[in-house]
Amino acid sequence: MGSIAHQQEEIMGRTLAEKVWEQHVVRRAEGEPDLLYIDLHLIHEVTSPQAFDGLRLAGRKVRRPDLTIATEDHNVPTVLGPIADPVSKTQVETLRKNAAEFGIRLHPMGDAGQGVVHIIGPQFGLTQPGMTIVCGDSHTSTHGAFGGIAFGIGTSEVEHVLATQTLPAYRPKTMAIEVSGELPVGVTAKDLILAIIAKIGTGGGQGYIVEYRGEAVRKLSMEGRMTICNMSIEAGARAGMIAPDETTFAYLKGRPHAPEGEAWDQAVEYWKSLRTDDDAVFDKVVEIDASTLTPYVTWGTNPGQGLPLGETVPSPESFDDPVARAAAERALEYMGLTAGTPLREIEVDTVFVGSCTNGRIEDLRSAAEILRGRQVRTRTLIVPGSMMVKRQAEQEGLHEVFKAAGAEWREAGCSMCLGMNPDTLKPGERSASTSNRNFEGRQGKGGRTHLVSPQVAAATAVTGRLTAPADL
Amino acid sequence: MEAFTTHTGTAVPLRRSNVDTDQIIPAVWLKQVSRTGFEKGLFAAWREDPTFVLNDPAYEGGTILVSGPDFGTGSSREHAVWALQQYGFRVVIAARFGDIFRNNSTKMGLLPVVLPAEKVEGLQAAVEADPKLEVTVDLAVRQVRWADEVVPFEIDDYTRWRLMEGLDDIGLTLRHADDITAYENGRQPWLPTTV
Repeated sequence: MGSIAHQQEEIMGRTLAEKVWEQHVVRRAEGEPDLLYIDLHLIHEVTSPQAFDGLRLAGRKVRRPDLTIATEDHNVPTVLGPIADPVSKTQVETLRKNAAEFGIRLHPMGDAGQGVVHIIGPQFGLTQPGMTIVCGDSHTSTHGAFGGIAFGIGTSEVEHVLATQTLPAYRPKTMAIEVSGELPVGVTAKDLILAIIAKIGTGGGQGYIVEYRGEAVRKLSMEGRMTICNMSIEAGARAGMIAPDETTFAYLKGRPHAPEGEAWDQAVEYWKSLRTDDDAVFDKVVEIDASTLTPYVTWGTNPGQGLPLGETVPSPESFDDPVARAAAERALEYMGLTAGTPLREIEVDTVFVGSCTNGRIEDLRSAAEILRGRQVRTRTLIVPGSMMVKRQAEQEGLHEVFKAAGAEWREAGCSMCLGMNPDTLKPGERSASTSNRNFEGRQGKGGRTHLVSPQVAAATAVTGRLTAPADL
Repeated sequence: MEAFTTHTGTAVPLRRSNVDTDQIIPAVWLKQVSRTGFEKGLFAAWREDPTFVLNDPAYEGGTILVSGPDFGTGSSREHAVWALQQYGFRVVIAARFGDIFRNNSTKMGLLPVVLPAEKVEGLQAAVEADPKLEVTVDLAVRQVRWADEVVPFEIDDYTRWRLMEGLDDIGLTLRHADDITAYENGRQPWLPTTV
């Protein structure tokens, strides 16, 4: 970036993304990407083994093990016992060896701090406003809910961060998604983000950092904000963020790694400056009215193929764009759906409540509220996002509600979100899932996924077909 | 990383949009701890369909994949890049790419080329008409050439230089170790550590 652009920015005011980015530039040179400092590096077993191998081959060390934390999540079984799959077992054991060799804190299976990588960072208070956070996982965007820049990286970049605690990167453009109005009762953060992705498409956010703004966003809990930022990547954006406010500070206060005493006051003062200036200009602005939304569900094989639950399966002919039409045709074939079928009539075999999108305590509470005193008709997996979430849910008695309803109460992990552990769909099976991706085969080869909120998932479990809580 | 200057080969038309990385390499293949052997998992589910383009002998030996828009969306798995490279692809051409996939590709020397949708469509049609059509992807002059077509593409100077030299990013960054140390000395005191 040249000096003129710099001066202009100072005159024009800056967006939240620009402020956080500028704070982390280690080195800037004409014609090169910025060298960006990384405040926190999260690691799991799937995308790290080849990175550690690379370090060993080059004789390099981990520069900042004290800014790195590892957990086991993708492969872990959600029933007690050892890992049966020898390949999964090797991968988890490889992480343990690497963490020990390079001196990295690890929360292994069975540990009270274990859980999905994007759930444990915030729970420990390691995710804080204004930070740069990366992980070899595209849903790292979750952490942007605290007002930092958080994005997923590949294994080469994992190795780069391990070795240097930095990444060379060009600053993405900025997009504001302005959400006006209030979410109606029964409509959740998940419905809002599914509606946003349906509106802008799976490529709509490519090249942008998205800042979610507006009344409806301000009123969301941290859990809801994390759900929104989590799925930024499904709209193509590498990062999504929400300016920190009192809700953020209240969530953080007292967590194990949150600042204390004078440092807390200093931090809060700085965090309060982390907002987009009134006169800042975004490269793109998208507006959406929350008050018009109803529960959303996907009907196709990408997260942009979503509609309000009250609609019918769309006809491919209804799409003007030939690419979208071809995608819809293929999606209906894969999903085994006929155009014109009311979405409410689609029957499912399995309901999954969990994942880094919707595996937090608030999600489990809202599912339990619907299942209390009712019986499920489908196989229903309730998978807490972390052992801490599990413990809290059990303290609140939620597990008894789930079990009484006939649902399965599981151990923490990624589980059926991507089926790397034994929790999978069989070919042709259909799920209502609170996870983030409805890709072909995502939850198991030949499996068919409908993305929904925890409330819709629970109501669907009760009736066996896609259902909103208000329908019960 | 293998240097990339110019490449001439035949192409494979993949007429699908939103080719997410779960399709490029399904999750079950991600359990490996090595960097090799991923070619067997490339498009694993789709390859079970005998009519899938990679099963068509006409396109055997193709090194340039020409896909519909939004190629490589979804998961950050670099295994998608490894699978494409190990299968034999050197270039992927599409109108739009998932950001993380595109980034991962340039770290490994697989060249992602963005062309306008109508040019991608034109190239797909040309290859379907003549599967042995020679296609040249010239990074030095930033052009894709086939038959009478010469189509320019954009790539930033730095990434182009790095690809052409085959340079490893970590080595380049470590030249600035002093800058990193200086930055670290000025970090805000309340920032958390994991210890």
